[in-house]
This record gives sequence, C-alpha cells and structure tokens, in this order.
Amino acid sequence: MLKMAVLAKQVPDTKHVAVDVMKPDGTLNRAALPAIFNPEDLHALELALRVKDRVGGHVTVITMGPPGAASILRDSLARGADAGVLLTDRRLAGSDTLATSLALAAAVQKISPLDLVLSGRQAIDGDTAQTGPQTAEKLGLPQVAYVEAVREVSSTRITLFRRLGRHAEVVESPLPVFITVTTDAGEARPPRAKRLLKYRRARVLSELRGELSKGGLNGEELERRLAAESAKLQEAGLLLPTWGVDELGLDPNRVGLAGSPTKVKRCENVVLKTGEYKQIEPNEDGARKLIAELVHDHILG
Amino acid sequence: MKDGQVGVAIFAELDEGALVRVSLELASKARELADRLQTTAGAYLLGGPGIEAAAAELIAYGLDKVWVIEDRRLHHYDTLPYAKVLVRLIQQTSPLAVLYGATPIGRDLAPRIASQLRVGLTADCTGLEIGDYQAPGGKEYKNILYQIRPAWGGNTIATIVTPEHRPQMATVRSGVIKLGDKDSRRKGELVRLPADLDGAEFILRVTERVSAVRKVDLTTANIIVAGGSGVGSKENFKLVLQLAETLGGSPAASRAAVDAGYIDRDYQVGQTGTTVRPKLYIACGISGAIQHRAGMAEASKIVAINTDATAPIFSVAHYGIVGDMNQVIPRLIKAYRTKG
Repeated sequence: MLKMAVLAKQVPDTKHVAVDVMKPDGTLNRAALPAIFNPEDLHALELALRVKDRVGGHVTVITMGPPGAASILRDSLARGADAGVLLTDRRLAGSDTLATSLALAAAVQKISPLDLVLSGRQAIDGDTAQTGPQTAEKLGLPQVAYVEAVREVSSTRITLFRRLGRHAEVVESPLPVFITVTTDAGEARPPRAKRLLKYRRARVLSELRGELSKGGLNGEELERRLAAESAKLQEAGLLLPTWGVDELGLDPNRVGLAGSPTKVKRCENVVLKTGEYKQIEPNEDGARKLIAELVHDHILG
Repeated sequence: MKDGQVGVAIFAELDEGALVRVSLELASKARELADRLQTTAGAYLLGGPGIEAAAAELIAYGLDKVWVIEDRRLHHYDTLPYAKVLVRLIQQTSPLAVLYGATPIGRDLAPRIASQLRVGLTADCTGLEIGDYQAPGGKEYKNILYQIRPAWGGNTIATIVTPEHRPQMATVRSGVIKLGDKDSRRKGELVRLPADLDGAEFILRVTERVSAVRKVDLTTANIIVAGGSGVGSKENFKLVLQLAETLGGSPAASRAAVDAGYIDRDYQVGQTGTTVRPKLYIACGISGAIQHRAGMAEASKIVAINTDATAPIFSVAHYGIVGDMNQVIPRLIKAYRTKG
C-alpha cells in the first residue's frame, strides 16, 4: 500500500495549431485554445495508478490553477485517483517555476508522509521541465526524471526505467522519491463510465458558488444554499478541497509575481513571415532549375 | 574564497568521459558574453578519472579557468551529488551567470540547483544577449543576460530576465550556438578541487545502463531531407531516404512522421526533437506547424514540397514546390544525377 501524490496541470492545448485559433495577423489567439490535461501529467497519473494496481495504495492529484482547473481533478478521479486538491489563490498568479514549486511542495507536505510523488516531465505551455525537479528539491526528495516505466515496486524501494538522452537506465531508489514521467510511458487508461458518472458532480467551492449565482441567487440566500449544497457534496465525498496561500502557510512574497526571480521582458508573437520566396514548378523543368540554382549557390555539391 | 572568481561559467557535460557538443558551444558563447561584460569565462567540470583532457579542450574553446572535480563516483551523472558539488562551487565562485546544455542531464540538474540557490532559470534558450532592463517600478538594470526562448508551444518568443538574482542561469539547446574557433595554444587555469561528498548523496543505484548507438547526429548534417505526415506511408518515406542519400545528406522527420512509425525518433526535428541549422533543409509533406519550424527555421536554404499550397511551411521556405513529393522527389533525384 503506497501513498502517492500526482502533480498535474491544466494547460492550453498549444499543439492545437489550426486556423480557428489564429488571429487575423497570423499570431496565436491564446484565449481561443481549448484547455486540456497536460499530457505528461496524464502519463504520470497512469504510472501512479499502475503502481496502485500492483501493490495497492492511495493517489491524490494536486493541481494549481484558476478554479476551472478543477475539471482535471474530476478527470483524474474518473480514471481512478482517490482524491483531488485544487491550489488556487490570486496571489499565486504569475508564479514562475520557482514560486510554483514552493506552493506545490507546501501542498505535498500537507498530505505527507508520502511514498511516491509524480509529475509529468514538462507542461506544454511552459515546456521548461523545471517545476518537477524544483518541487523535489524543496521536499528534500531524490528525483528520477524521464521515467517511462516502473519495473518493480515494494513498500520501501522502486525500480524505474528511464531514458537520459542517448542512454537508458534502470534505476533503483529507496522510497520516498520524486519521479517525472514522459509521453514515452504507457498509454493512459480512459475514465471508467461508473466513476465518470459519480465524479461529474464533484466541485470545488468556488465553482459551486459560481453556478448558484449564475442561477440568480445572491446575498444571504446564496450563502444558505451554498452551505447546504456543499454539505451534501462533502458527505458524498464530492467536495474537492481548495487551498490558497494561507492554508498552505506560504509567504506571499515568495509566490506570484513577487516571488518569481524570472521576469518576462518581452513576448513576441511568431508570425508566419515571408522572406525571399521562389515558386518552383513541380515538373522536370522546375526540378532542374532548382538543382542548378542550389549547385550554383554552393548549397549542393 | 573571494567573490566573483568567474564572470560567465558553464556546466561542462561529459558523456563517457568526453565533452558533449553543447558544452563546446557553451564555452564559445561564454567567451563571447564574458568579453562583452569585460569579465572572465570558466567551466565547472565534474567526472571520473581522466577528465583533464576535457579541461584542456574547454580552454582551447575560449575559457580562462576550469574547475576540475575528479572523483571515481562522479563518472556517471547522478542528480544529488552533482547538484551538491555545483551549488558549493557556485557559492564559492560567485559567477554572474551559469549556462547549462538543455540536454536531459542539464534539464534534470539545473532546476535542482536553481531551487536550492533560489534563483531564476530559463530553459531551452534559443538566444542569449547582454542588454539593459527597466523594471515596471522604474528600477534600471544594466548589462544583464537576456534569456530568449520560445513559449506557448513555440507560438511566441519570450525574452526573460532575472535582474535581482545571481547567478543568472539558463539552459541552451545544442545547435543553437555557433561553435567558435578552437585554439589549442590558448592558456587557461586549471583548479583541482575534491568532491567533498560523504556518500549519503549517492541514493540512487543504476542496475542497468543501455547505450543507444546514435545513428546520426542531425546537428552536424549540412543537408537534411525531412518527411512529414504528408509522405503518407513508410513505403513512400523510402523516397525521402533516397533523396537524402543522393544529395549526401541526412534523412529526418517531423514528429507526426515519427509517431506514424515512418522512421525512428532519433531523426525527429522540432521542438521536442532536435534543432538543426543545415545549409539545406528539404521539407517533404510537412505542413510546417510551429513546433516543427522551431527546430529548422534557421536553416540557410529551405525547400518545401507539399500538395497543399496554404501549408504554413511555405511561409518559411525559400523555394516552394506545390506538388506531390512522390513525383517531385524522383525528378529532383534525376536532375541532380544528370546535372552538368
């Protein structure tokens, strides 16, 4: 029986490069990107669930983001996770990887002791692969990155297959350990119908509040209904906890923009540019002309 | 130890005792940045016995000083011992900046160090420059490191700075920096230090190590012929291989083609594959999505072959052929073989 935490992120689908998410000037309209479960975090969850299949255990998924990120907690629960926690707070916004790792480490500490902490190698919006190792450092845990498979696992040790560039290794580590998982790991299991049905109703408090106020409630009546509804969800195990800066015991100066050593000086949208461009006919004549030109310019020998 | 023993430092990465290419590129860049900042350039070199030759090579590529930590236990990379040694070294030598290769090792190690030192780290930089920065509050910083990288899956280029924290740290992909000149007569200083590790850091145990034989190093290929999902099949991909062979170049592929099984992942070009800067890049049946362009847009000449005239690849190409590569490639091969 292993107690595990999976750190997951909801991200804009940056791979979704299609006309419907482009602005007229040819740059990306970030707001139009659909939000998805970061792929490598999904693989991390899958690895945790496979460990659970083998030796039993408990998997908590932790995500940091705006209230909408709760949807990946529901997704995780539907796939087999046992609990989900949302870290959300306006003061966390703008956190770089260092600040984020502080918040994530605090959340992991709150549910410690744990045997295994997992996350995807990197998120498809930042692509830094830094948050995992930085969280591991703050937790004082050894780290094994680029994991593709769990070979063996017991209550005290785990054997992992990981790829470090040119070399692949089989690495043994005592527990607890922090691992990051890549897309080369096994395919993630889909949500199970029964769990999907059950966890569809799971909510964080702020989502519930939003839904009730959209339904026309406000003031005292809203608060009364909110208390009643949340109590019902709580009893059914469907109220997902929300932790902010205070619950995590964080120093506000060490998170958010203030706590981020890296600053964005400027961001330039990539535009599909045209430089010098020559159209070549797809026939034999065109082929000859192209080859001749490339040879003439010493591009081809 | 006095402050500021080095200006711009690099982590020199070894593979079976030999310097990996990106470490040489970093040495060249460190030299350039150090000259711009009127300071020194150095390297931190960790490894097993016999790494002195690597130190000499680093000096030849422009470094003034190399700290050599030679310990049998450090022959293979291991996160905790390496991080411990480097954190200590960085604290003792107080560099303005430290650069790492954006290799799997660099991306495992650098964030661990950054977390311990509580400094900023920018991953996968495609550019490094020196410049000034004015913070939103008005405070001005001069001659700091601009850490330039693609973000949002490659859809934007961000310039990141870490004005308030030292050292400024960044990882850089191989193939981004042009290798500088090597001068074997160049003089530099070697500082030998003990690893000073008590053994408690060696927690992981590697029970098996498999070295993949690298079929090709795309970063050194002058001519690359790449196929994308538009190639259609593994059978059709043979034409890509044929054209590459005819022109004396290397085959390559987009992520879609690799995922479809047309060719091994070693040949993948793009944001999650290899970044290449060949003289000639011929893109066959590649749509030209941003993630792919991030890996090849710096090629000197780009030829695009695609049946779709609106494919984004044509926007970065110098030569565009709107046609079926199954017909165009044989014509190119014929034209090359019969050239006058």
